[in-house]
Amino acid sequence: MGSLRLFPEQASTFAPDVDHLLYFLLAVAVFFSLGIFCSIFYFAIRYRRRSANELPRPIHGGMALEILWSVIPFGLTMVMFTWGASIYFNESRPPDNALDIYVVGKQWMWKLEHLGGQREINELHIPVGRAVRLTMTSEDAIHSFFVPAFRTKQDAVPGRYTTTWFTPTKVGKYHLFCAEYCGTNHSRMGGWIYVMAPRDYEAWLSGGASGGSLAENGQKLFDELACGNCHKPDGSGRCPSLTELFGKTVQLAGGGTVKADEGYIRESILQPQAKIVAGYGPIMPTFQGLVTEEGVVQLIEYIKSLGPPPAATH
Amino acid sequence: MNTAAIHEREDYLNVSHGLKSWLLTKDHKRIGLLYLATITLFFFLGGLFATIIRIELLTPGGGLVSSETYNKLFTMHGVTMIFFFLIPSIPAVLGNFFLPMMIGARDLAFPRINLLSWYLLVIGGLFALFAMLAGGVDTGWTFYTPYSTTYSNTWVIATALGIFVAGFSSILTGLNFIVTVHRMRAPGMTWFRMPLFVWAHYATALIQVLGTPVLAVTIVLVFCERVFHIGIFDPALGGDPVLFQHLFWFYSHPAVYIMILPAMGVVSELVSTFSRKAIFGYRVVAFSSVAIAVLGFLVWGHHMFVSGQSVFAGMAFSFLSYFVAIPSAIKVFNWTATLYKGSISYETPMLYAFGFIGLFTIGGLTGLFVAALGIDVHVTDTYFVVAHFHYIMVGGAIMAYLGGLHYWWPKMTGRMYPEAWAKLSALVIFLGFNLTFFPQFILGYLGMPRRYHTYPEEFQVLHVLSTAGASVLAVGYAIPMIYFAWSLRHGKMAGANPWGATGLEWKTASPPPLHNFDQMPVVTHDAYDYSTVVGEAVEVG
Amino acid sequence: MASAESPALQVQFDTEAQQKDASTLGMWIFLITEVMFFGGMFTAYTVYRRAYSDAFAAASASLNVTIGAINTAVLLVSSFTMVMAVRAAQLGQRRAIVLFLVLALIFGGIFLGVKAYEWNEKFEQHHVPGPSFHLDGVTQQGHAQLFFSLYFAMTGLHAAHMVIGVGLIAWLIWLARKGTFTAEYNTPVDMVGLYWHFVDIIWIFLFPLLYLIDRHLPR
Repeated sequence: MGSLRLFPEQASTFAPDVDHLLYFLLAVAVFFSLGIFCSIFYFAIRYRRRSANELPRPIHGGMALEILWSVIPFGLTMVMFTWGASIYFNESRPPDNALDIYVVGKQWMWKLEHLGGQREINELHIPVGRAVRLTMTSEDAIHSFFVPAFRTKQDAVPGRYTTTWFTPTKVGKYHLFCAEYCGTNHSRMGGWIYVMAPRDYEAWLSGGASGGSLAENGQKLFDELACGNCHKPDGSGRCPSLTELFGKTVQLAGGGTVKADEGYIRESILQPQAKIVAGYGPIMPTFQGLVTEEGVVQLIEYIKSLGPPPAATH
Repeated sequence: MNTAAIHEREDYLNVSHGLKSWLLTKDHKRIGLLYLATITLFFFLGGLFATIIRIELLTPGGGLVSSETYNKLFTMHGVTMIFFFLIPSIPAVLGNFFLPMMIGARDLAFPRINLLSWYLLVIGGLFALFAMLAGGVDTGWTFYTPYSTTYSNTWVIATALGIFVAGFSSILTGLNFIVTVHRMRAPGMTWFRMPLFVWAHYATALIQVLGTPVLAVTIVLVFCERVFHIGIFDPALGGDPVLFQHLFWFYSHPAVYIMILPAMGVVSELVSTFSRKAIFGYRVVAFSSVAIAVLGFLVWGHHMFVSGQSVFAGMAFSFLSYFVAIPSAIKVFNWTATLYKGSISYETPMLYAFGFIGLFTIGGLTGLFVAALGIDVHVTDTYFVVAHFHYIMVGGAIMAYLGGLHYWWPKMTGRMYPEAWAKLSALVIFLGFNLTFFPQFILGYLGMPRRYHTYPEEFQVLHVLSTAGASVLAVGYAIPMIYFAWSLRHGKMAGANPWGATGLEWKTASPPPLHNFDQMPVVTHDAYDYSTVVGEAVEVG
Repeated sequence: MASAESPALQVQFDTEAQQKDASTLGMWIFLITEVMFFGGMFTAYTVYRRAYSDAFAAASASLNVTIGAINTAVLLVSSFTMVMAVRAAQLGQRRAIVLFLVLALIFGGIFLGVKAYEWNEKFEQHHVPGPSFHLDGVTQQGHAQLFFSLYFAMTGLHAAHMVIGVGLIAWLIWLARKGTFTAEYNTPVDMVGLYWHFVDIIWIFLFPLLYLIDRHLPR
C-alpha cells in the first residue's frame, strides 16, 4: 500500500499562502470544537440527574452572552473572508510576463499547447520559478484543471475561455487531475505537471516542436481561411484591421467598449454577430465548425503577434 | 389482532383496519408512518449504493464494477439520499406526526393535500426507481450541463421527472405547515410559546415553498434542452452551461437547510427534555432558524467559485456565506448553555443529541473552510467537500432523525424500544461514522477528487480506513431496524409521558387518539416549563 | 365528519371562518410558489435578452403583436367575468354564478384558441426551434432560435396553467349548477378566482417581455 502521506506537497507560490490560511482555520476550528466538546462533557457529568424529581431553575437567556458569542465568531469569520478573498484575488491576476499555455479539455484528455507549437497530452512541462498562465476551454462537457501541489483549480468551460495561473517553486512531478465530473473516464483524465530546471526546460522545448509555433500555424490558417480579404492590415477592407489590436479597448456599435483579449477574439471568430465594432456592419460569417479550438488558439497567437509586444501594451 | 386486546382504548392505529384505511387516510399521524416506511426503503437503497461504492474504493484500480456503473452508483446514491430520504425525512415523518399536536390542532390545515404529498413522493420515487432499474443515470446528483443535456446517454429524463414530482411533495408539505402554524394554533398558543421544533419546521417550510419551484423549472429547462435541443445550456447554440449552475444551486443550497433545520428543531426538543430545562435563549434560537432560512437564499454561488463566474461574484458569495454560519453557531452555543445547571439524563435520544452537536460542530466549522475562497479553490470537488457535507447530513441530520425517532417512538407506537440495544447502536453509529468520514478530510486536502472510480495508489490507506468505518456504520444502522420492528410486538408499554417532557403531544395518550386530544387544550404557559410535569419537584441550582 | 352547523366544515377546523382563512392563505402561498416557478424562466429569458439583444429584438418583432394584444384583452375580460362570478357567489346568486363562470370559461377558451392559431402561424413561418428553423434578417440564427425556445417554453407553461384553470372552472360550473355555493360557503369560487387572476397576471408580464421589447427602436 505504500507510505501514508497526510499533507500535500507545496510546489507553487500559492501553496504556502493557502496552507497558512488552513492552519488558521484549523486553529479556530480546534479551539471551538474543543471548547464545545469539553463544555458538554463537563456539564453532562457535573449536572447529571441525581434524583428523579430534580427540577433545575430555568435560565432563559442572557443578551450579553448572545451578543458575545455572535460578535466574536462574526469577527473571526470576517478575518477568514478577507484572508481567503485576498488569495483568490491574487489568483485572478496573472503577472504580465507569465508564460502562456493553452489548454483544451475534452472527454477524456487534456491537450496543452506551448506558444512555440509544442503539444502535450495529459502532461505539461514548465520551468521552475516562472509564472505560467493557462487559457483554457473545453470541447464538450465542463472539465476542471486541478493541480493539488499548486493548490490551484479552474473549470474548463465549453464556449468560453477561463484562465488560471501559478508560479511553480519546486522541481518535480505533480499530479494533474480533472476535477469536474465529465463522464465515464473522468477519473482517468489526468496526468502530470513536470516542473523543470530552466536549462532542462529549454532543452525540452527545442527537442519538441516540429510543426511550427502557434503564431506561425495561426498565420497559415489565417491565409487558408482568407481572413485577409476583409481584414486588411491597413484597415482599408470592409473589416477592422487586426494590427496592434490585441489588448486594445474596442468601441462597439451601439455604445459600450470591450477589451480585445483572448475571449473577445475567440468570440469574434465563432460568434461574430455578438459584438459589432463601431463603424462597421455585421457582415462577418461565423467560423463555428470550420475552426477547431486549437485552430482558434493558433489564430489568437497570430493576432497577438501583429500587435506591439505585450510589455509595451501596459 | 393483538392490538385490540392490549389497547382497550381506541387510538389512531386501531380505529380502522385494512389497506384502504391506510392508503386513503387523512390522518396526519398515519401519513407520517406511511412516509416512515417509504423513506426507510429509500434509505436502505441509497445505503446499498454507498456500500458498493465503498467496497469498490478499497482498491485504487477498480475492478468490482465498471466505470460506467460506478458513475451511476454515486449518482443514484446522491439522488436517493437527498431527494427521497433526507429532504422528506424529519418534516414528513416527525413534522407531519407532531407539528399539529404540538400546537394543539386536530390535524394539518389540508389533510388531503398531505396525503397527496405522500403519493407524489411515491410516484416520483417510482420514476427514479424505474430509471435505476432500466439502466441507471450517471450525471451526478447535480446533473451539470452540458454533460447531462448533451453527452450522457443514460436515463436522465426519467430521473429528472422523478425529482420534479417529488419536489411538489416537498412544496405541498411546506405549504401545509405554513398555513397550519398560522391558522391552527390552539387558544393561548402564541408564536413564542410554540416549541422550537415548530419554529424550525416553519422556517424549513419557507424554504420548501420558495426554493423548490426553481428546481422544478430548472428541470423543465433541462428536459426541453435534452429532448428538443433548444440550446439554452448549449454553447454551440449560444447557450450558457453556467446559467444551469446558478439556477440549480439557487434551490440546492437552500435545500441543505431544508435538511438541517428540522434536525436542529429535534435537537432543541431533546436537549431541553433531557436537561429538564428550557432552551437557553429561546427567542434567539427561534429567530436564528428564520435567519438561516433567509440567508440561505443568498449564498448559492459558493458552489461555483471555480466555475468561471466573476471574481466579484465569488467575493460576494463568500462574504455572505460567513453570515449564514453565525445563526448556526448561536444555536450550538445555546444548546450547550442549556446544559449548564440542568438535570441531565443519558437516554438514547440525548446520546443522539450529543452526537449531533459534536458532529454538526465539526461539519459546520469545515463549512468555514470551504467558504474561504483561497481554500475552496483547492478543496472544491474533492473529498474534503464530501466529508464536510456528510458530517452535516449524516453526522448531523441523520443522528437527529434517529434521536427524534427514539424520542417519539413511544408516543407514536405506545411501545418503548430496548434502551440497552439503542445505546449500543448509537455508539456504533457514532464511531463508524467518524472512521468513515474523518479520513476523507485528509484525502480531500491531499487532492483526491470526488466522483473518482480509480485513484492514485498513495490514497489507498485512507480509503481503506473509510470503508472500514462504513462497514461499522452499516451495522449501526441495521440494529435499530431490528429492534424497532421487534418493539412493535414485544416492547414495554409506554405511558403518555415517559420522558417527563413538556409539550402538548405528551399530554395525550400513547398512541394518541384519532383527533389527537379528547379535549381542545388551552395553553397557559411557555414551551419548556418543567414545573408542570415534575411531580414533587426538588429545586436544584 | 362534519359539524352539525354546516356540512362543509372539515373536522380539523373549529369554525367556517378559520377554514376559509386557511384556504385563502394556502392559495396565496401556492401562488407565491408559482411566481418562483415562472421566475426561473423569466430569469433565463432576462439573461439571454441582455446577452443577445439584437437577435432577441428581431425575433420579438416577428411576433404578431395584434394577436398578442387581442389575447391580452380577452384575458382581462375573462378575469372580469371571474370577479363577477365571485361576487355572485358571495351574494348567493346561483344563476349568476353559473353565467359568469361560463363566460370566464369561454373567454379562457378563446385565449387558448387564439394561442393555438398563433403557434400555427409560427410553425408555418419556420419559427419553431428545430432543424427547419429560420428567421429572416438575422445572422445569429442560434440566438434567434433561443428566443423562440424561451417563447414557446414560457407561453407553453402559461397555456398549460390556463388549461388547468379551464378544467377548474368547469368543475366549479358543475358544482354551482348543483347549488353547492351559497353566501355562507363559496370558498372554491374564491380560490379558483385567485388562481385565474394569477395566470392572467403572468400573461400581463409575458406580453410586454416577449412581444414589445425594442419595438419602438429603428431597425
